[in-house]
Amino acid sequence: MTPDRWIVTATGLALIAFIVWFFWLKRSTGFRATETSGGYQEAMILVKGGYTPDTIIVRSGRPVRLNFRREETASCSDKVIFADFQKSAELPTGQVVAVELLPKEPGEFGFACPMGMFRGRLIVE
Amino acid sequence: MNNSGVVNTGSESGAATATSEPLAKRQRIDLRIGGMTCAHCPTAIEKALAAVDGVSGAHVNPATKIARIDYDPSRTKIASILQAIRAVGYTVGTATARIPIKNMHCSSCVIRVELALQMTPGIVSARANLGPNAADIEYQPEKVDFQEIRKAIESAGYRVAEPKIDPQSETLDPSEAANDEEYRTLMRKFWFAAVISIPVMALSYPDLILGLRDWMPMGSDARRTVWALLGVLSLPVLVWAGSQFFTGMWDALKHRAANMHTLIAIGISAAYAYSVVAVAAPGVFPNMALAEVFWDVTDVVVALVVLGLALEIKAKGRTSQAIKKLIGLQAKTARVIRDGKETDIPVEEVLVEDVVVVRPGEKVPVDGKVIAGASAIDESMITGESMPVEKQMGDEVIGGTLNKTGSFRFIATKVGKDTALATIIRMVKDAQGSKAPIQRVVDTVSGYFVPAVMILAVLAFIAWYNFGPEPRSIFSTVIFVTTLIIACPCALGLATPTSLTVGIGKGAENGILIRSGDALQASEKLDSIILDKTGTITRGEPALTDVVVTPGHDEQEVLRLTASLERGSEHPLGEAIVKGAEARKLTLIDAEGFTAIPGLGVSGRIDSHDVLFGNAKLMRDRGIAVQLQQTDWERLANEGKTPMYVAIDGSAAGLVAVADTVKPDSKAAIAILKGLGIEVVMLTGDNERTGRAIAREVGIDRVLAEVLPNDKAHEVQKLQLEGKSVGMVGDGVNDAPALAQADVGFAIGTGTDVAIEASDVTLIKGSLMGVVTAIEISRATMRNVRQNLVGAFGYNTLGIPVAMGVLYPFIGLLLSPLIAAAAMAFSSVTVVTNANRLRFFQPRRTGS
Repeated sequence: MTPDRWIVTATGLALIAFIVWFFWLKRSTGFRATETSGGYQEAMILVKGGYTPDTIIVRSGRPVRLNFRREETASCSDKVIFADFQKSAELPTGQVVAVELLPKEPGEFGFACPMGMFRGRLIVE
Repeated sequence: MNNSGVVNTGSESGAATATSEPLAKRQRIDLRIGGMTCAHCPTAIEKALAAVDGVSGAHVNPATKIARIDYDPSRTKIASILQAIRAVGYTVGTATARIPIKNMHCSSCVIRVELALQMTPGIVSARANLGPNAADIEYQPEKVDFQEIRKAIESAGYRVAEPKIDPQSETLDPSEAANDEEYRTLMRKFWFAAVISIPVMALSYPDLILGLRDWMPMGSDARRTVWALLGVLSLPVLVWAGSQFFTGMWDALKHRAANMHTLIAIGISAAYAYSVVAVAAPGVFPNMALAEVFWDVTDVVVALVVLGLALEIKAKGRTSQAIKKLIGLQAKTARVIRDGKETDIPVEEVLVEDVVVVRPGEKVPVDGKVIAGASAIDESMITGESMPVEKQMGDEVIGGTLNKTGSFRFIATKVGKDTALATIIRMVKDAQGSKAPIQRVVDTVSGYFVPAVMILAVLAFIAWYNFGPEPRSIFSTVIFVTTLIIACPCALGLATPTSLTVGIGKGAENGILIRSGDALQASEKLDSIILDKTGTITRGEPALTDVVVTPGHDEQEVLRLTASLERGSEHPLGEAIVKGAEARKLTLIDAEGFTAIPGLGVSGRIDSHDVLFGNAKLMRDRGIAVQLQQTDWERLANEGKTPMYVAIDGSAAGLVAVADTVKPDSKAAIAILKGLGIEVVMLTGDNERTGRAIAREVGIDRVLAEVLPNDKAHEVQKLQLEGKSVGMVGDGVNDAPALAQADVGFAIGTGTDVAIEASDVTLIKGSLMGVVTAIEISRATMRNVRQNLVGAFGYNTLGIPVAMGVLYPFIGLLLSPLIAAAAMAFSSVTVVTNANRLRFFQPRRTGS
C-alpha cells in the first residue's frame, strides 16, 4: 500500500471511532429537577436542535412539571411525545408549554419529537 | 332563568371592606356555577371549596347559582378555586380569550402585562407570552368586558393589537403561520439555488459541450478562471440557501445527535471543499485530471433537498386538515337573551345557563338543551350522520352543528373548552400526537441511523480509495457524498406519525374518536367483538311493536283505547304504547277512573268502554278468558317482546306488545363485521330467550345471556383467555369495567358526552356502523403505515449500498450525487403523500 492509502485508511478508521464515541458512547449526566413549594418537581427544557437539558432526573411518586420552550421553527420539533405516559404537547415557537406527569415507578422513560429526531430521557428514581 | 344581569356588584365593595382588615388579608369573589341541578349541589361545592387551603368562607346560593367565596390571595389563587369547583363536577362561568398585544418585547414586559391583568377585577388568570405576542386570559364575562381588559393593558403601557378577537386564530394559527413562513423561505432558497445550478451545471462539464471544450480546454487558465467564478457563484447557495443544514447540524451536534441536516451539510461541504482545492491548488493532485470541480453537486443537492423540505411542509399541513375543519366549525358569535333582549355576543362570552336563540341557517354556538321551538339540525360534521336530526323541547343540541329549518331557543349547558366540539378537538389532537406501538421499532432504528450512515460513508471512502479504479480521489469523494445524501432518516421518521394523523382525523370526520395510536393499532387486530345488547344493538328503550286483535275488534280502536288508558300511567312500557299510537296518528283522550294495579296492569273507562290492560294474572283475577290469545302471546314472547292482554268491556280484545327494538343499521353492521372475519358475540343481562330472539334477528350466533353487570368484564376476560383479541362495544357508564378490560373498548356516545374515560374509541353517533368504520379506518391506516415503513426502510436499505457502489464491480452501476439528492428529497415527500391518500377513505354506508 502506498503512503497516501495508509493515511486515508488510518484517518478514516479514526473518524469512525470518533463517530461511535461521540454519538453513542458518551452520555450526558442529567439534570435534577428542582422541587417547588407546590410539591412539583420542575425543570425548564429548551427545544432547539434537541432538548437542553435532555436528561431529567426526578423522584417517583411526585408530580413532575416540565416547561418546554421551543426556540426554532423546524417542523419536527413542534410536538413532544411522552410515549410511556401517553402524553403529548404541542410546542408553538416561543411559548412555554408545561407538561405534567406523575411517574409512579422508577425507571427510564424517553421523550421525543414525533419523528424521533430529538430525544430526551426522564430518569425516575 | 338567566340572571346574568343580577350577578355581581357586591364583590368589589366586599373586597374593599375585607381587605381593610389588617390581619386576615381577604378577598371576595362571586362565581357563577353551572350544572347545579340537585338539592345537595350547594353543599358539595361548599365542601370542596372549604377544603382549598386559603379559602375562609364559601356560600353557594342555589337560587342565583352564585358562589360567594372569601379567600386569602396570598395563600390561594383563583385558579385553584376554579379547579376545586370543576373537580366536583360543576362548571364555572368563565370564558377564555387570547388578546394580541403590541410592543411587548422583553420578559419584564410579560410580567408587567400579567400583573396589570391579574389586578383587574373579573380576570381570573392571565398569562402573557412573547412567542405569539398575546395574553391568554380567563375571565368572568359578566364582570369585565374587553374595554376594561384593554384599559388594563394600556395602563401598563402596552397596546392591544387588534380590537377584534378571533376565536379561530386561537388554536392552530401560530404554528400554521410559522409553517407558511418556513415554506415561503424554503421556496425562495430553492429558486435561488435552482437558478444558479443551471450555468454551474453547464460550465462544470465543458468537455461535454462542443464549443466550450475548445474554448476552455482542460488545464487551461480560461477553465480555471470560469471554475473559480462558479465557486464564487455557488458560495451563497452553500451559506444562504443551505444554511438550515449547517444550523441544524450544529444544534444537533451540541446534543450529541445527528440528523438529516448533518448528512446533507457534510455532503455538500465535502463537495465544495474538494472543488476549492481543485481550483485553488490543482498542484496537490498527482494528475491534472483529478482537479475536477463539484460546484454543481452543492447547488443541485441544496436545491432539490430544500424543495423536498418545502413540499413536505405543504403535504404535512394537509395531514391535519381534519382538525382544521373541526376548528373551523366553531361559531364566532351567539345570539343570547340578556336583560330580556336578544344580543349578539362573541361565543367566548356565552355563559352556562344563558338562553341562546338560533335561527334557520345559523350555527348552534355552544352545547345545550332546547327549551322552546323545534327544528332539524345537520349534525353530520360532529356525528358523521348525514340525515338532519329532528330536535324539539328537551333535546340536546351540539355546538358547531348547523340549524336547518326552524328557529329555537336553548339553554347553554356547556361552553368554552367544555363543549363537545372543544373536547373532540382536544382528544383528536392528543391522539394524533400519540405513538402507535409500531413506531417504537422505528424509534430504536432512527437513534442509530444517522451515525451509522456516516460510518458507512467513511468506510466506502476508504474502500474506494484503496481498491477503487483511478481517478481514486474523485471516485471516493463522489461515493462519500452520494452515500451521505441518499440516506433519508426523514422518510423513516415521517412514516408512522403522518399516517396516524390522517387516519385519526378521518375517524373524527366520521364521528369516531380514536383515543391513541395504541387503540388504532389494536383495533386492526381484533378478531372478536362483544356487543352489549341494550343500547348498543337495540335502541335501549321500548317501542310498540305488535297489536294482535281477536276477531270482531278493530286494531286501531284497540290501540287507541289502550294508549288512551296508558296516558295516565308513568310506566316506560306505557309511554312506548302512547308514542306508538301517536306515531300512527291516533287521537287519544283522557281516561276516567284510571287505576294502576301494581304488578298487574291498569284499568279505566274510555268512551264508555271499560278497558283493562295487563298481564295474564290480571286477566285471571278478573275472570277473563285469554286462551284464544295464548299462541300469539307465546309467539311474541319467543321473539323477545313483552306482550300484554287488552280486555274491553269484560272480554279479551287482543294483545299489545312492546319491545326494545333493534337499531336500523345494527343488522347490516353485524353482517359486515362478520364479513371482515370478526366473530360477533352478544352480551346481555336479559334472559336467554329474549337474548336469542334479538340475536336471531340481527344474525349473531353466540349469545352470553343473563350476565350480571359486574360480570361483564369477566366475560370479556374469558374470551381473551381463548386467545382472542377482544373488542367490547357498550355504553360508557354501566360497561366501563368491561370496556377497560377489552383490548379495545368502544363506547357508544350519547349526545354531547364524548370524553368517555374507559373507552379507547368513542362512537359519537350511536350506530354500530361506527364500529365497522373504526375497524376499517384502523386497517386502512395500519396498512398505510406499513407501506410507508416498507417504503422508507426499503429505500434506505437499497439506496445506501447502491450509493456506496456495491453494484459497481458487477454491473458498473454508480449513482450520481444529483440523482441521490433527487431520490432523497422525493422519498420523504412520497411518504407524506402516501399518508395523504388516506384522506380519500370513504366509510361504508348501510344499504350500499
